Amino acid sequence: MSKKTLYGIFDCEQVLLASAKEIRANKIEIKEVYSPFPIHGLDKALGLKETRMAITAFIYGCIGLSLGALMIYNIMIVDWPQNIGGKPNWTFYHNMPAFVPILFECTVLFAAHLMSITYLIRCGLFPGGESDSPDPRTTDDKFLMEIVVEGDLAAAKAMLKKTGATEINEKDA
Amino acid sequence: MQKEAEIRDPLILGNKTYHDITKDIARPVEGKANKYWWILFSLSLVLFIWGILCMAYTIGTGIGAWGLNKTVNWAWDITNFVWWIGIGHAGTLISAVLLLFRQKWRMSINRSAEAMTIFGVTQAALFPLIHMGRPWLAYYVFPIPNQFGSLWVNFNSPLLWDVFAISTYFSVSVVFWYIGLIPDFAMIRDRMSATISPMKKKLYSFLSFGWSGKAKHWQRFEEVSLVLAGLATPLVFSVHSIVSMDFATSIVPGWHTTIFPPYFVLGALFSGFAMVETLLIIMRKVVSLESYITIKHIEYMNVIILLTGSLVGTAYITELFMSWYSGVEFEQYAFLNRATGPYWWAYAIMMTCNVLTPQLYWITKIRTSFVATFILSIFINIGMWFERFVIIVTSLHRDYLPSAWTMFSPSFVDIGIFLGTIGFFFTLFLLYSRTFPVIAQAELKSILKLSGSEYKNKK
Repeated sequence: MSKKTLYGIFDCEQVLLASAKEIRANKIEIKEVYSPFPIHGLDKALGLKETRMAITAFIYGCIGLSLGALMIYNIMIVDWPQNIGGKPNWTFYHNMPAFVPILFECTVLFAAHLMSITYLIRCGLFPGGESDSPDPRTTDDKFLMEIVVEGDLAAAKAMLKKTGATEINEKDA
Repeated sequence: MQKEAEIRDPLILGNKTYHDITKDIARPVEGKANKYWWILFSLSLVLFIWGILCMAYTIGTGIGAWGLNKTVNWAWDITNFVWWIGIGHAGTLISAVLLLFRQKWRMSINRSAEAMTIFGVTQAALFPLIHMGRPWLAYYVFPIPNQFGSLWVNFNSPLLWDVFAISTYFSVSVVFWYIGLIPDFAMIRDRMSATISPMKKKLYSFLSFGWSGKAKHWQRFEEVSLVLAGLATPLVFSVHSIVSMDFATSIVPGWHTTIFPPYFVLGALFSGFAMVETLLIIMRKVVSLESYITIKHIEYMNVIILLTGSLVGTAYITELFMSWYSGVEFEQYAFLNRATGPYWWAYAIMMTCNVLTPQLYWITKIRTSFVATFILSIFINIGMWFERFVIIVTSLHRDYLPSAWTMFSPSFVDIGIFLGTIGFFFTLFLLYSRTFPVIAQAELKSILKLSGSEYKNKK
């Protein structure tokens, strides 16, 4: 039997959320949901794993802090130690309090930028990228659920209809 | 589904649907500019060009073109710098701190407030650059390996902390702003027809990075926004604290104060919110966003102004008390001279605009009036400029040697550069208001059924 892709279009995010739960309970796999704004609880309803973006930010922050400390240590302590205002730069830990602001800025700089770049790469977003949304209305006011059906097409359609889809389109996949 | 208390006023008026929000936000981008936009834009551009000429004159002839003298060797340039940086603070406060506090009213105003931040910090960054005299040597402020005999920057110096703080703040603000803009650019892209405006369609496709609104992407988007807000919050506070340390770590009476960091941060939020109000009250009319930027939003901002304004007033009085209590003659004179010396008028403007004006917001009628808020916000902008002028010039103009006492009068170049940055700021903001989605529509749609007037009134 040939594969078909069904696009169920919804008008309301709450209807879509309930529908997603019911469709998954009936062992039909939802391939993707496109929506104009984040829907709270949808990731759980679709069984998506938790995102690890925050963990990456923490790692990048640690890298920024270490690189910042290394830079300051090399410049202020190793390469050209100076005695500024009677406060000599012979050891890092004695002078650390004065370095805190820049260490902090380095941490934030690395965490924020590298996390954002990771986010863009993980989502496949880049300048000039093409949208792969099947319907341009999904950035306006429609919510789209994409289902790939191998078996009973009519049953899947009926399921979408019953759970509140206002429009159903199909495509050979 | 989330529920919101019924006594809360709706944040979106006029019974909007999702599609209405799309149309309203896309309208300024798709339509033609009206007469008022062109008048404002021409005026700003003229000021900007005048500013460029004055900057060119300064760079060509040197800092001597300004009104500086041997006693007052830091005046309008640093005043303007601190003023613009302060204005830049409200944007990140609204988008980051209010996100952490889950304040829904931020959604109609955060995009424009962040734009204001970025444009304000751009103006601020111009001043140290011009003051270098030779801006082509600006790379000296960065710790780059070099051939000048291991000449490194000094990591003990607050001026270097400033370089790091401001560049980090600027670039993180841009990233935060852009991450939020991607879905909104995608909305505009999807509305544009490729046949009517192929160039525009291409431009917005390019800017929207191929966003399609997948569930996983939204999940990451939310977490990235939250973490960026968490990172930006201490950043906001660090930036102005460090700006204040440019003064506080010196030993000039009137600057050498431990209260400076919180005092400057509060002043920055105070002036930043005033500027947000000035801009938004005009913008909501010019691009017809009355349903989204409501009197409730203005009232919330006024409450923050009342709070920060009162705290700034408290800081002024604490400063006076501490100078007396210190028992240091020079310190006491610096403050006496501020209030009663030849610059008493600047001190009086500062006190009236920053301490008395915000107290009017205790009155509900004033707090909930667009006209009153607009006028008072201008007063606060002026008052906060004078605060920096008072701190900087009056502390310097009478130093330890009475023979060196003098006054400061700005030259036409000083004035030209300041007006030029105002022109530049408004030029950028006006261009932004016609090419960018000025409200974070994706976020706003997510609260429509919670805080929209139609849904609130339905039981």
